[in-house]
Amino acid sequence: MKLTSIKTLATALVVSTLAMTAATADVLDTIKERGKLIVGVKADYKPYGFLDSSGAIIGIEPELAKDVADKLGVEIEYVPVVSSNRMQFLEQGKIDLMIATMTDNEDRRKAVNIVDPNYYSSGTNILALKSLGLKEWEDLRGKPVCGIQGAFYNKATSQNYGAEIVAFKGTAEAYSALKAGNCAAFVYDDSAIVAKTNDPEWADYEMPLATIDDAPWGLAVALGEDGFASLMSEMIIDWHKSGRILELETKWGVTNTPFATAMHDKYK
Amino acid sequence: MDLVFDWFRVLYDETGINLPFIYDGYDRNRMIDGFFTTIWLSVVCLFFSVIIGVIGAWLQGSSFKWTRRIVNGYIQLFRNTPPLVQLYFFYFAIGTVLPKVENDWGGQSPILGSFAWAAISLSFFAGAFNVEIFRSGIEAVPKSTVEAAEALGFSKLQIYRDITMPLAIRVVIPALNNNLVNLVKTTTLAYAIAVPEMLYEANQIWSDNVNVTEMMIFMLLAYFALVGVLVGGMNRWERAMKIPGFG
Repeated sequence: MKLTSIKTLATALVVSTLAMTAATADVLDTIKERGKLIVGVKADYKPYGFLDSSGAIIGIEPELAKDVADKLGVEIEYVPVVSSNRMQFLEQGKIDLMIATMTDNEDRRKAVNIVDPNYYSSGTNILALKSLGLKEWEDLRGKPVCGIQGAFYNKATSQNYGAEIVAFKGTAEAYSALKAGNCAAFVYDDSAIVAKTNDPEWADYEMPLATIDDAPWGLAVALGEDGFASLMSEMIIDWHKSGRILELETKWGVTNTPFATAMHDKYK
Repeated sequence: MDLVFDWFRVLYDETGINLPFIYDGYDRNRMIDGFFTTIWLSVVCLFFSVIIGVIGAWLQGSSFKWTRRIVNGYIQLFRNTPPLVQLYFFYFAIGTVLPKVENDWGGQSPILGSFAWAAISLSFFAGAFNVEIFRSGIEAVPKSTVEAAEALGFSKLQIYRDITMPLAIRVVIPALNNNLVNLVKTTTLAYAIAVPEMLYEANQIWSDNVNVTEMMIFMLLAYFALVGVLVGGMNRWERAMKIPGFG
């Protein structure tokens, strides 16, 4: 009697474990069952992902995410993420896919599955008052420089150029601290800074330095989701081939970047 | 010492337990800076919040109606709003309307930086609670004792300083202890306005190294130890202040 019950228990345990692995084996099935793709995107990074006046998330990356949802034939839900939590959200399964201006690197590839080829690229630059007349990265030595918590270039900027990084949670805080004069400059992605310098409100500011660390961006799925990853890989190649990325850049007011142009030529 | 550091690097390679704030010189320095910033911010806030508490409790007993009202208004305002909101309010709202000064790099910056605002905001926050804590202590001093002091010709200030306060202090130590422990823990909020304290530095390190789990465990233990030292000190103080037959 006792033995049978243990056996039953053991069998139940094995079966339920199997069922669980089967259920989590492929996130594509989960998405289709749910009828909704949940994507982590930026909500404070104009024009790649930001809020419109009604509070909806729009921009280049949300549109790319919508393409994926359309391809799968499901609805889309955007989850706003920030640099310091985006990989954790993916690991915890809060989002199925992350397209959140993330720079591709080896350490990150250990934590999430970054899909090849890269879909975009950008470098690091600063936004600073024109009147300061900054010319070289070395000019930042000893000065407080605003940054975003979780950005990979914070360490490099302080280690190589001696800047004192003052890192905030989101871009809104960093921009307002820069404007208030708490920092001499704001170190950030050049793609976002270009958009800011075109903004009349920031007419006194410039992007004075040579862009460094031009690095590719990677969109990512959770580790082990190879089926979804290969589908995304096809999607990215398709975006480059059809010139979708170039088209979105133009639509959102970004000058076509050398990376996007080169990728289009490569896959054309 | 280098041997110890190398051992932690090997630990990472072998087991995947990544503690860069031990083996990486840069990360180690910022963790140490963060630790001292936390201590310094805590000490400054502890000192000023207690001062605010003592003065506030004294003003609460004032015979002027408006003095009492202002102190009560201050308590309500700071006790009924979240400390994070207060920090943001001071740093982004008040900080930007104050006059600016010429800074080292040829621009204009606000007169007070993030550390100063964190110290001010958290001192006022904890101070509001301390006023109430000290009031409870003062009210616990028997009225007859104060009357006896009055009869002996003590002035109002003398009574507060030499009679009421020494007795009240002994009553309030446990409650004060609680509030000060909370204050030390609340200093972590300062990372929202980029004060480079421990949690801020830990966040920077885990963003660079993707070792969130290790850093979270380390943070928990670090604050446990830090607050443990404070509580130990307060308990010793409480025992040292004990008067036989009172309280």
